[in-house]
Amino acid sequence: MRFILTRIGAAILILAIKSFVIFALIGLMPGDPVDLLMTANPDATPEDVAKLRSIYGVDQPFTARYVAWLASALHGDLGFSRIQHRPVLEVVGPALVNTLMLTGTAFLISTAIALSLGTIAALRQGRWIERVINLLAYCGISLPGFWLGLLLIYVFAVKLGLLPAGGMPRAGENHPAWAYLLLPLATLVTVEIGGLTRYTRTAVLEVIGQDHVRTAHAKGLSPWRVTIRHILRNAMIPVVTVIALDFGHLLSGVTLIETMFGWRGMGRLIYESIMGNDYNLALVCLLATTAMILLGSLLADIAYSWLDPRISLDRKR
Amino acid sequence: MSTRLQRLTADRLALAGGAILLTLGLAAIAAPLLEQALDVSGIDADLLGRFEPPGGAHLLGQDEAGRDVLARLLRGGRISLAIGLLGAIGCTVIGTLVGTLAAYAKGPVDAVLMRITDFVMSLPSLPLLIILAALDLTKLGFSPDTLRSPMAGFWRIVAIVVVLGWTGIARLSRAATLAVLERDYVTAAQAQGATQLRILTIHVLPNAIAPVIVAATLAMGRIVLAEAALSFLGVGIQPPATSWGSMLNNAQDLLVTDPMLAVWPGALILATVIAINLLGDGLRAALDPRAGTGA
Repeated sequence: MRFILTRIGAAILILAIKSFVIFALIGLMPGDPVDLLMTANPDATPEDVAKLRSIYGVDQPFTARYVAWLASALHGDLGFSRIQHRPVLEVVGPALVNTLMLTGTAFLISTAIALSLGTIAALRQGRWIERVINLLAYCGISLPGFWLGLLLIYVFAVKLGLLPAGGMPRAGENHPAWAYLLLPLATLVTVEIGGLTRYTRTAVLEVIGQDHVRTAHAKGLSPWRVTIRHILRNAMIPVVTVIALDFGHLLSGVTLIETMFGWRGMGRLIYESIMGNDYNLALVCLLATTAMILLGSLLADIAYSWLDPRISLDRKR
Repeated sequence: MSTRLQRLTADRLALAGGAILLTLGLAAIAAPLLEQALDVSGIDADLLGRFEPPGGAHLLGQDEAGRDVLARLLRGGRISLAIGLLGAIGCTVIGTLVGTLAAYAKGPVDAVLMRITDFVMSLPSLPLLIILAALDLTKLGFSPDTLRSPMAGFWRIVAIVVVLGWTGIARLSRAATLAVLERDYVTAAQAQGATQLRILTIHVLPNAIAPVIVAATLAMGRIVLAEAALSFLGVGIQPPATSWGSMLNNAQDLLVTDPMLAVWPGALILATVIAINLLGDGLRAALDPRAGTGA
């Protein structure tokens, strides 16, 4: 329990540092909120500009602005989105749900496929099925996801007209709601399974050669039981860390996929807010994504110590 | 070294990867010569030849502005491959410096350097790449004229991929250096009174460099993909310059009119990254036969 609390404490500290770094980066983006107001209002005098700057606090030094932002953020006020004309929280909420729907499904499917393929490849070492799986995994890690997305859009939306080319489910469309999820999902899953399949295969191969596996076979356990209880349980220990890293990878890569498919999730929101100079929104989206990645690695640490009792929960790293 | 070279040349897949990469690189370098030889251009518009199908001198046809697709692909390849190569070199230099320093210094310096590495590693890479590409560098003191020069966009992308890409190599290089520092021949050198610099350059670096070379090769693949992603989103290489990623950005809007414009740049990216990965795996097997093939 203490281990978990320490890790959570560390994660919160890291998140605080990240919010500072991201705040600094956003401050370096072109223009500032007052410049943007000015472009909409050519009649403003220099005095008006100075006044607005002090109202918005952009004339303050950087650290003061950060402290002010942090204070209001901790009170639940994350500011207003410039492009959407709504409070940031109202914009981020639905986007978060959409992203979790897409990445969550992609994560579950790709993990399940990759673990199975990796295990099969290791257990059937030297057979044709291993070669096929290795080849597929190779293409998977080398494939630009957005290119695959473009090809899928061309084949299934433009040529065959079976699936929508992008966008979100809407009432009164001729495609059912789940159809909008299929192409982005297929793209994400294909790109994600390669790396994990390769890693799983290596991890399983390492365990297969160990003495306790030979003993388990020798005492007459069924191959199925040996695979599940003796091989997989041990091989999963390093794999879990990679799965957590994959989740972070997925949340980052989804920016591209969501943008190209017009899926209204966090990734697309990050892109739009950066492109539209919507600082409040970009900041919160990035922090939310970072927080989810941290949560992923936190869960991996906990799972790690649960899978491997040799790693004591209460011992320091 | 010769046995390592023999192992590498015996690895047909790695050789194939190297050959593909070399061919692509040479073709990209020779792009202007090929344009002259075929009397086509990947830059100048030819409005009478828009969307011309393959044939004659235009081996892959012409695009929406009548530019020769093959010549343009080679022009794009120059930028994509150059960014991959320079980015990988940058990541390797910084990563090796940080990793070796951390392993050597031990204690607090090591801890700080590795926490920074972990920190950069755990940031969401693609959103951060987009932000870095969108930054207003005049706020950091760069002059607007420098930023408007044609090469500024190119170097900016190289810098961005290096800033976010050195971490993996730093970790590997630290681990490899720590392992080498434990070895008897280092202790022996120390006992003989060799200077730190001599130990570092003669004993440590040559023996700790194998995993770094492999990682540097694989980093080039990741950087080619990252550049393509940025340019595809429209925040990377800007017109009139072109890369495979920006060609895909262009092709996205023309998917209905001319889907082949979207096929070629992506196929070249895929071929490049597969070739790099094959070469990297081959190097791994040749330089360190005991290492696995894991990610």
